[in-house]
Amino acid sequence: MLRVEHLRKVYGEGTRRPFEAVADLSVTVAEHEFVSIVGPSGAGKTTLLKCVAGLLPQTSGAVYLDDEEVIGPPEKMALVFQDYSRSLYPWMTVQDNIAFPLRRRKLGKAATRELIQDTLRSVGLGEAGAKYPWQLSGGMQQRVAIARALAYQPEILLMDEPFASVDAQTRADLEDLVLDLRDRYGITILFVTHDIDEAVYLSDRVVVLTPAPTRVAEIVDVPLARPRDQVETKEQPEFAHLRAYVWRSIKRPEHAATASV
Amino acid sequence: MRAPRRPLRILGVGLEIAVPIAVLVLWAVLSRDGSSFYFPPLLDIFRTFQETWLFTRVGSDVVPSLARLLTGYAIAVVAAVVIGVALGSSHLLRRMVDPVVQFLRAIPPPVLIPAGILVLGVNSTMKVALIAFVCFWPVLLNTIDGVDGVDPTLRETARSFHIRRRDRLFRVVLPSAAPQIFAGARVSLALAVIMMVVSEMVASTNGIGYFVLQSQRTYAITEMWSGILLLAILGYALNGLFLLVERQVLKWHRGVRAGSV
Ligand SMILES: Nc1ncnc2c1ncn2[C@@H]1O[C@H](COP(=O)(O)OP(=O)(O)OP(=O)(O)O)[C@@H](O)[C@H]1O
Ligand SMILES: [Mg+2]
Repeated sequence: MLRVEHLRKVYGEGTRRPFEAVADLSVTVAEHEFVSIVGPSGAGKTTLLKCVAGLLPQTSGAVYLDDEEVIGPPEKMALVFQDYSRSLYPWMTVQDNIAFPLRRRKLGKAATRELIQDTLRSVGLGEAGAKYPWQLSGGMQQRVAIARALAYQPEILLMDEPFASVDAQTRADLEDLVLDLRDRYGITILFVTHDIDEAVYLSDRVVVLTPAPTRVAEIVDVPLARPRDQVETKEQPEFAHLRAYVWRSIKRPEHAATASV
Repeated sequence: MRAPRRPLRILGVGLEIAVPIAVLVLWAVLSRDGSSFYFPPLLDIFRTFQETWLFTRVGSDVVPSLARLLTGYAIAVVAAVVIGVALGSSHLLRRMVDPVVQFLRAIPPPVLIPAGILVLGVNSTMKVALIAFVCFWPVLLNTIDGVDGVDPTLRETARSFHIRRRDRLFRVVLPSAAPQIFAGARVSLALAVIMMVVSEMVASTNGIGYFVLQSQRTYAITEMWSGILLLAILGYALNGLFLLVERQVLKWHRGVRAGSV
């Protein structure tokens, strides 16, 4: 279980122009749960994720993973960066990029190769293993970053707008892939997105953030049946109702008002 | 950065060969009658070159020269990369040593020869030390820059995947800094040749620089020119060799740059 308690993050503290990105944020994510975070651009979603991932020291508050305080990157966590193209090593081929975090696991050559090939196939890149990241399109690079996180076999996966630059069809496929992997391996997922439909479709709960300095505006339960289906789930009135609800929650004026402070 | 069209490329290669030949022919024609004492006929120079350098004086002059050059250069590159990685990784350390680095770097290298003679004597050690000292700075400064400039997202990725320290150094930091390290090493290589010659002219009993100076002093003008010719060839060959290695090691870098244009 992941617990974020009264997290606050001020950039450039002690300088003349400090910037409060995250004001006071508490949220819990249960085991195997799928929680999405939505909020306007610049709200502090990436900031939140980096604090949770142990990459960025928070100003105050704390993050706990299975009751252990997170002070550095936790072993059982993987993060798919928003800046996917800059998170791939350009001097390594696609398969070397995926193998790189696995080196210290010592799975053996054959097992590693098989794992890499499996994950690559599952993101639709079975043929791209020997290529370099810069030989791939943006959407393909993004899928490599996802494949790398999946091959790492984390218990909890943080994803920062992972599907932002893929076409609609691939996006739908990747959404279903992530749901499928979650079911198969019981991964806990914390997922940042701009796309409200995507958030509702994927999640058990949607956390709506206010503009920076961000707080939780609202947490919306998504009681849609699982397994979900791109067509059937999305044609349910309940789905339409939920997405409208989340939409209004983001647009609510009192949230916007805090932004100008 | 597409390769130029075929006819253009042939023209390019043709010119690359034709221009030096044309220069040589012009030189040979103008110097043919041997009317100038200082510019003996080119063919005489070639003959002397063959008699002197193929391979009579290779053991006595070329080998000692090259050995000093390569030893000094290797020491400089290794030391500069090691120290550069350390300095590039720590802002504090860098700020502490920066004034010293800038000061030492500002010393015009040849002026160190008298001091070198005094401290180390008129021997190979002095020359190697001198070459190493001079070659050290460009590589050091570029390594520091390169290490400092490693993309933060790449660093965070390594951290979040618990990449081991050794892998982080050899597979993240060094490859990322490699383009800059190579740029520095190339500058140093040219400096190494210069320092080799200069140090042999001031205090030596062998070496190509020594040979050139001795020839000039004894009015063996043709020999002098043959020595200069040899230095040009050596410099050219060393640079070519260097480019070959660089091209191999930095294949990915050219790919990235080509892709981003
Ligand atoms: N290193 C930093 N120093 C100072 N301010 C920063 C820094 N990183 C982010 N910020 C600011 O903090 C706020 C939140 O940034 P963050 O990247 O977390 O937003 P986000 O919600 O992920 O936005 P997006 O949806 O566009 O990715 C922004 O206003 C940004 O300008
Ligand atoms: Mg972001």
